[in-house]
Amino acid sequence: MESPTITASRSVSRRGEKRFHVEISKTGGGEVVAQGLPAWLSTLSAGPASARGPESASPQPPTRAAPNTAQTCRHLHSKVSQALRDGRVSATELCRKCIDQIQRTHYLNAFITITGETAMEQAQRADNRIRTGKPLGPLDGIPFSVKDNFCTENIKTTCASKMLKGYVPPFSATVVQKLLDQGAVLVGKTNLDEFAMGAGSTDGVFGPVRNPWSYTTLYREQSTEDPDSDWAISGGSSGGSAAAVAALSSFLALGSDTGGSTRNPGSLCGVVALKPTYGLLSRHGLIPLVNSMDVPGIMTRSVHDAATVLRILQGRDERDSTTVQAPSTPPSLPEHFDIRDICVGIPKEYHAPGLSTDTLAQWSRVAAMFEQAGARVQEVSLPHTQHSIVCYHVLCCCEVASNMARFDGLEYGHRSTIDSSTDAMYATTRHEGFNNVVRRRILSGNYFLLKSNYERYFVKAQQMRRLITEDLKNVFRSGIDVLLTPTTLSDAARYTDFIQEDNRTRSAQEDVFTQPVNMAGLPAVTVPTALSRRGLPISLQLIGQTLQDWKLLTVAHWMEQQVNFPMIHLHGDSDERKLDRSVRERTHTIGS
Amino acid sequence: MATSSSGYSRMFCKLRKYANKSQSLYHIDSFNLKIRRIWTSGSKTQLQPKVNTKSLPQMVGVVGLEVHAQIQSTSKLFSGSHVRFLAPPNSLVSHFDASLPGTLPVLNRRCVEAAVLTGLALNCTINRKSLFDRKHYFYADMPAGYQITQQRVPIAVNGMLVYSHFEGRRRNQVVTKSVKIKQIQLEQDSGKSLHDDEQSQTLIDLNRAGVGLMELVMEPEMCCGEEAAAAVRELQLILQALGTCQANMAEGQLRVDANVSVHRPGEPLGVRTEVKNINSVRHLAKAIDYEIQRQMEVLQSAGKVLNETRAFDSKSGNTIPMRDKEGLQDYRFMPEPNLPPLFVYESKASVPAGVDPAQVVVIDRLSAQLPELPSVKRTRLVETYGILQEHSFTLVNEDGLMDYFENVVQTTKAEPRKVIGWVIKELMGNLNSQNLKVSQSPISPCALAELINLAESGHISSSTAKQVFQEMWKAPEKTVGQIVKEQDLWMINDKEELQKICRRIVDSHPEEVQIIRRGNKKVLNKLMGEVQRETKGRTDPVQVRAILEKMVS
Repeated sequence: MESPTITASRSVSRRGEKRFHVEISKTGGGEVVAQGLPAWLSTLSAGPASARGPESASPQPPTRAAPNTAQTCRHLHSKVSQALRDGRVSATELCRKCIDQIQRTHYLNAFITITGETAMEQAQRADNRIRTGKPLGPLDGIPFSVKDNFCTENIKTTCASKMLKGYVPPFSATVVQKLLDQGAVLVGKTNLDEFAMGAGSTDGVFGPVRNPWSYTTLYREQSTEDPDSDWAISGGSSGGSAAAVAALSSFLALGSDTGGSTRNPGSLCGVVALKPTYGLLSRHGLIPLVNSMDVPGIMTRSVHDAATVLRILQGRDERDSTTVQAPSTPPSLPEHFDIRDICVGIPKEYHAPGLSTDTLAQWSRVAAMFEQAGARVQEVSLPHTQHSIVCYHVLCCCEVASNMARFDGLEYGHRSTIDSSTDAMYATTRHEGFNNVVRRRILSGNYFLLKSNYERYFVKAQQMRRLITEDLKNVFRSGIDVLLTPTTLSDAARYTDFIQEDNRTRSAQEDVFTQPVNMAGLPAVTVPTALSRRGLPISLQLIGQTLQDWKLLTVAHWMEQQVNFPMIHLHGDSDERKLDRSVRERTHTIGS
Repeated sequence: MATSSSGYSRMFCKLRKYANKSQSLYHIDSFNLKIRRIWTSGSKTQLQPKVNTKSLPQMVGVVGLEVHAQIQSTSKLFSGSHVRFLAPPNSLVSHFDASLPGTLPVLNRRCVEAAVLTGLALNCTINRKSLFDRKHYFYADMPAGYQITQQRVPIAVNGMLVYSHFEGRRRNQVVTKSVKIKQIQLEQDSGKSLHDDEQSQTLIDLNRAGVGLMELVMEPEMCCGEEAAAAVRELQLILQALGTCQANMAEGQLRVDANVSVHRPGEPLGVRTEVKNINSVRHLAKAIDYEIQRQMEVLQSAGKVLNETRAFDSKSGNTIPMRDKEGLQDYRFMPEPNLPPLFVYESKASVPAGVDPAQVVVIDRLSAQLPELPSVKRTRLVETYGILQEHSFTLVNEDGLMDYFENVVQTTKAEPRKVIGWVIKELMGNLNSQNLKVSQSPISPCALAELINLAESGHISSSTAKQVFQEMWKAPEKTVGQIVKEQDLWMINDKEELQKICRRIVDSHPEEVQIIRRGNKKVLNKLMGEVQRETKGRTDPVQVRAILEKMVS
């Protein structure tokens, strides 16, 4: 641990007047380190606004993969919802198209349950409302999908676990219900890591989710292998939701974010993924991973859409005592705001080993964009973040051990046929129902919670959690508005590479940039900025202050407009059909 | 291993012996009958079992109690399900109660208020901020695999329960004692398991799962069953007065576990056992005294008291080791992450801005609602009506009896001290013999008042009045007047008629008259008895005596 330090630094407030800061921090946490773009970042920022590093010899700009489509993906909903109202497209048509697209991209294995029939009925009702000029709101008739760890009334909710295979909840999660109440059309439940424990969407009972970007022309042209063996992971654990939005089979999707589970796949699949402030969205009906960190996440194709959805979902829910009153938010994000009022922090600890050159280049490029546009960019320090992952591991396992105790086969879910005694039934039910990852976390969690270990693990981790939170608070107190960081170390790994390491190792590696935010309950959003040399998305994360989600999205919106991320273009139709067939056979064997 | 098993067999042998002894020692039957009413059980010296020791000071029992009081509320602690006793199985189960994944606890304000009220009545410090924890263990009727409780910071701490019991040969010396309340914590009740051994299956009823409980932990400051029983009885009365718990032990609304150990005063506390499965106050006293005696005998015979959980068997009056389902249980406590800290506020003024005072628990508001507590009631009864202290206990102990008494007092001219005799002897005698509650009495306070008035005014004799009381009991539809008239029980106040009756008796008992005239005045009583018999008690003894004396002189 660092020794106590007192740092006095001169910083400039947002209004421009000089202010003298005295940061007294016993732990040496959370401080502005230097003004302006850090040297390690600025050396890279001179290059062109492209993901390719200076050494890249490729003559093709990344946007070539999808020419002239960049603009069409902005504000998709509002455009679509306007089209719906104008009668240029019907909700049933839209719903049909999404369901067709789900089926066409079946090989992605993004969905566990497709709710085609009920979706068409919902769409029909939306059409009736729209026809009579009484739409319920901006989402009326818009197809969406939901990660399969949110309860949906009368629709199977499995958590991608044998334990809940076939489980049909009698109620819907508050966030799902709010979307349904707005007339949004639920097209399906998306795939994930079992009980959301993972960072790849590779560890669920229904098999791994494939990254749609590994089925684009750009990726396939570089690959020498067949589409069924060379593909990238979607990231996780909300990989199915991210893939669904990326592959255009939903306009929005709900994920959950405990250590980065929405932002990680959002980043790897090139969609906008928002983790709101803890408590801003209800967790009622979200099957928990870590109650004190879980937040429903929003995945869309634009920041504007994310803001629209946030506005609908946010607010106190009497069924979740940890929810808070939402601050008042304007009807939409401001189209014009002065980026010069914003102070962007660059945490130096995020320049971590393993950060890919592509990602570093993007970080540097976007930081330069902010600076060039007149925002103040400052290097900051979050010294305790390095301990975040290990603390997360302890806290997560403890809550997992506790939360999973209810799965005993008595009230619902899988029940073993072994019934020689109640204890034997519990043991075999839980052994059969959970995968290795879940079982290991339960075992570790119970170990950490033992009376003799509690102080050494749980209490220590909680103390460190407070320090991490303080680091972030101090940074914001010093005048920083948002932090700009990478979301992941690199673009999406090839599945065959990814599974070389176990789930625990991968989670520790993949969550390193996303996880501290959950410790502190802050809002964060990831926005895709460019494609890597491999043709896979690279995204950057913006972290905001508690309950400043709207401001965070305003900055993200500005950033999104600058970076010009391309529209996805899946590989040719004829190939696709062939591919579809071969993959379908395979996923079936995995899924059943 | 060999030594310990032989130790066991010795212990069991002692147990059997002790069981017989306890029967004769405690007069269990009379104890049973009376402990519910007034404290007339055997004196403390009788209760505290004596074990002969040579030179060492005598061993004494040490008793601490853990009481689980089911909160009287319409809905459960963390869900909206209703709370009802004897509802059809699994008919009061919400999604949360069945621990469906994704459900979250929502704290019931009524339960918090009940705990705060109880804490205030027991002189506790109310923690302005308290916390909830999860206590983990697998049990079929605990669907979540953990219980939400308050292990670290409970809602109320450092209280005191003041209770009294009776001592002295006539059991009329009131001794007042107190026991410290360590804490009161809010927690969830479990469901119920029904084991069907024949079909080797267990049936689960979750109606009770999630009902709010207050766990009260009393310090080990009592020394015998009687004290513990008196403390619990007082607690029952307080909870019932507050309306925070119905406190019926037989229905499980109040569950008492006793931690029992023995030691010699001045020495550290002995190894304790926990006695469970006690479903009435009298069983509590029996179980504790049995356990104290058992432990003393174990130690006397150089055995060791094991730290174990024992069940009270009401048939034999013994405690027996329970199959130790909890063994070396590590509950793996963890903060409940779905419930923010529970704040209660001193006064409306201390509620922070932005919080609706109507939606939070305010101590001032609850203090103002505190009803008259049993000890205050008793003092008031003694002071207002001049009745005996032991009678005030009876009046307060029986649900509704105090109101009944006060009603009668208000509608009659008779002295309260006369009324109390009617209420305690006649009314309670009849109610007890038929096992009825005060509210079920066939005789209303008004009717009793009318009867007492007739006796007071000399329209019926006091012996007739008792007779009429029994008639009224049998035929509650009839008025006092009707019964007296129908059975011709009015007092004979006519001098001439009395003279005639007396003359007849004197004439028909010449021998007795002779004896009296010779100086043995006592025999006059026999003549008086004859007059009473003749008139079915409808005469005033003073008048009759005067007439008879005149006649025989």
